[in-house]
Amino acid sequence: MTMTDASQRPARETVKRVPQSLIALRNILTFLLKSPTSAFGLLVLAVLLSGAALAPLLATHDPYAQDLQSALQAPSMAHFFGTDELGRDIYSRILYGSRITLTFITLVSVIVGPIGLLVGTVAGYFGGRIDTVLMRITDIFLSFPSLILSLAFVAALGPSLNNAIIAISLTAWPPIARLARAETLTFRSADYIAAARLQGASSGRIIWRSIVPMCLPSVLIRLTLNMATVILTAAGLGFLGLGAQPPLPEWGAMIATGRRYMIDSWWTVTFPGLAILCVSLAFNLLGDGLRDALDPKQMNRR
Amino acid sequence: MKSVNVRNMEIAFGETRVLKDVCFDVEPGECFGLVGESGSGKSTVLRCLSLLLSVWGGEVKIGGTSVRDMATPERCRTLQMVFQDPYGSLHPRHSVRTTLSESLIVNRLDNHQERMEQVLTDVGLPIDFLDRYPHQLSGGQRQRVAIARALILEPDVLLLDEPTSALDVSVQAEILNLLARLRAEKGFTYIMVSHDLAVVDHMCERFAVMQAGRIVEILPREAIPGNGATDPYARELIGASLEYERAV
Amino acid sequence: MTDHPSDPILSVENLSIHYRGTPRPAVRNVSFTLGRERLGIVGESGSGKSTVGRALLRLLPTAEITADRMSFKGIDLLRASEKDMLHVRGAQMSMILQDPKFSLNPIQRCGDQITEAYLTHNKCPKREARARTLDMLEAVQIRDPERVYGLYPHEVSGGMGQRIMIAMMLLTNPSLVIADEPTSALDVTVRLQVLGILDALVRDKGIGLIMISHDLNLVRNFCDRVLIMYAGQVVESLKASELDNAQHPYSRGLLAAQPRIGGGRGTLPVLQRRPEWSEPVEASS
Repeated sequence: MTMTDASQRPARETVKRVPQSLIALRNILTFLLKSPTSAFGLLVLAVLLSGAALAPLLATHDPYAQDLQSALQAPSMAHFFGTDELGRDIYSRILYGSRITLTFITLVSVIVGPIGLLVGTVAGYFGGRIDTVLMRITDIFLSFPSLILSLAFVAALGPSLNNAIIAISLTAWPPIARLARAETLTFRSADYIAAARLQGASSGRIIWRSIVPMCLPSVLIRLTLNMATVILTAAGLGFLGLGAQPPLPEWGAMIATGRRYMIDSWWTVTFPGLAILCVSLAFNLLGDGLRDALDPKQMNRR
Repeated sequence: MKSVNVRNMEIAFGETRVLKDVCFDVEPGECFGLVGESGSGKSTVLRCLSLLLSVWGGEVKIGGTSVRDMATPERCRTLQMVFQDPYGSLHPRHSVRTTLSESLIVNRLDNHQERMEQVLTDVGLPIDFLDRYPHQLSGGQRQRVAIARALILEPDVLLLDEPTSALDVSVQAEILNLLARLRAEKGFTYIMVSHDLAVVDHMCERFAVMQAGRIVEILPREAIPGNGATDPYARELIGASLEYERAV
Repeated sequence: MTDHPSDPILSVENLSIHYRGTPRPAVRNVSFTLGRERLGIVGESGSGKSTVGRALLRLLPTAEITADRMSFKGIDLLRASEKDMLHVRGAQMSMILQDPKFSLNPIQRCGDQITEAYLTHNKCPKREARARTLDMLEAVQIRDPERVYGLYPHEVSGGMGQRIMIAMMLLTNPSLVIADEPTSALDVTVRLQVLGILDALVRDKGIGLIMISHDLNLVRNFCDRVLIMYAGQVVESLKASELDNAQHPYSRGLLAAQPRIGGGRGTLPVLQRRPEWSEPVEASS
């Protein structure tokens, strides 16, 4: 490209200066919608979000209202997904349950992302002893099976939704830290980092301004893929009675209580199970789609 | 204009001694070349000079002050570096504006917009390039931005690490002209690493030939066309370049 | 060998290459014939010179290649099946790439790689292939072939690596070698040596050579004929010895922009690109 042919198109470029990030977001969304699998992921996520937001409008019953007269009824027009052993409407409970699931994955991601990013970039950028110490701590957390560690943690603090969130976060950050460290190692010796050091920027500033933006895409992808695991672990904890407590319509807990009636009343476990399946599948597909969309090779076509 | 004096610079990576007793002096306003094969340690000299590598022996004085005694902001405003690969030396997610303003923010300078416009004009880029990202620029334009980033702190000494070897001949000519003009206008002292003797001959007054971490000979540029080197390796290097060019 | 080649090894007419998903073709209407001679293709990055080399070996899965004629020793390269191409690539037409670091398999000994390349195209006992490899390593002026045979690619220097590549590519006795920037990753002192070896082998064996480079000095010294490419088209074709008399303003601009040892220190002339150079021109070669 020469000076002359490049300077012919600056006017158009300056107009879109402010919403550069918005343009990038829109491009990523269009990219995701192009492939059917990630479009499915986006669709399920949209359904999940709107279901959670509009739960009071969409629900046909109060999710906590018991009606022993109509316990364990098969799906019908009155109860789309049937009722459970206490006569609560499963459809409404799943709708309200999506709120719990969303809280779960949002909080876990908000806790895990920054911690993993911080530990990984600091370890990768400084290297040496800091790296060794931080990575050995990471290794210790990684060497516990995540469900067992969560179990131990919840057992110590007592079962509740918040403790389950903390327990899952505790086991979910190490892979993010490892990923961020590996990414940082590839950028650390880049000339633009050397240039930033020559500009007098402090290490903290270099990590925050130069390294974190480079690690962010892969961390985001990893977080999205992680959400599926988080949902499954949350459901597992709920199933074991260590997550959300009984009256709460948490999907895992619903399966746990429905298990006893499973033989005669298949709907008590099928619909919450399907919900878990759909949402975790959706996040997996979305993560794969994001990986393609945020691929550095695609960067130039933004 | 400041002079650069390098005394007994030494560095080892593990067992391998990469630089051995490197000494040279650069006059104020001079362009000094460092030539040698890949692996001879010529880029390492620049990285030590700029304290990108900090654990090395010896002493470097710029304008009489040791680089180690300078506080970071002072050092940044004394010496800056331009890197070889314009594709790797600009942060891919920072616009030209971010790249340039970062220096100003870190060093607490004012009049950001004016300084950025001035420096872009100096390197011959239109001002609306401030809002471009590196992937919207050609190789030559990127190198101009990298030079602008080095200029914005108004340093005295510019370290040039093969500034044109990743560029096409015609773009190389543009960048070399730009560097020559800036030196004439602002009186920079240049230390230029290159493997291309034709470029060194075009830009530098004197140059040092390096081999295996050592300076084997320091020569004036006039020594190139007639191959006036005395050291056997320097003779071989210059001889090979001359033969390659057949310009005698 | 430098004068008129009796039978062209390769003849290309109106070759155009269009990468899918790009608005403009990367190469337009390139025509040339090649006998037992050394042809240089020069141009800047993005001029399409490497694309031409790759198209000859049909190594461009994402591009559409069209041409009136593209024949290599009687084989129609446009219509040859992938299976036929396997017999062409490596055996009759081979390619030397820029950086031996990336073109040699890092986990295999250099000698074994050469032997294996030979055995792919020639049925013979392993011992014989090994002997031939050692001979070839000697031919590229490697002093201790036995030792180098057993080295891994990371243990050899750049110049040695490129000589190993040359040995591998020439061992099968190809009729045409395409060298894509064969020495730009090497130091000046080694560059001449490697080029000299390549040059001597190509002349001795009467191999056709296409040298793709951005370096005018290189093609001037090591080629018989030069094609100068700009924006996917050949803007000028002339004898290497007459390079200094190039007519096209682009060629002249390229020559002038090159700093010369002992040259003046004034401002270097900068190439002013004109849009009409990119306009389609009548192919002539």
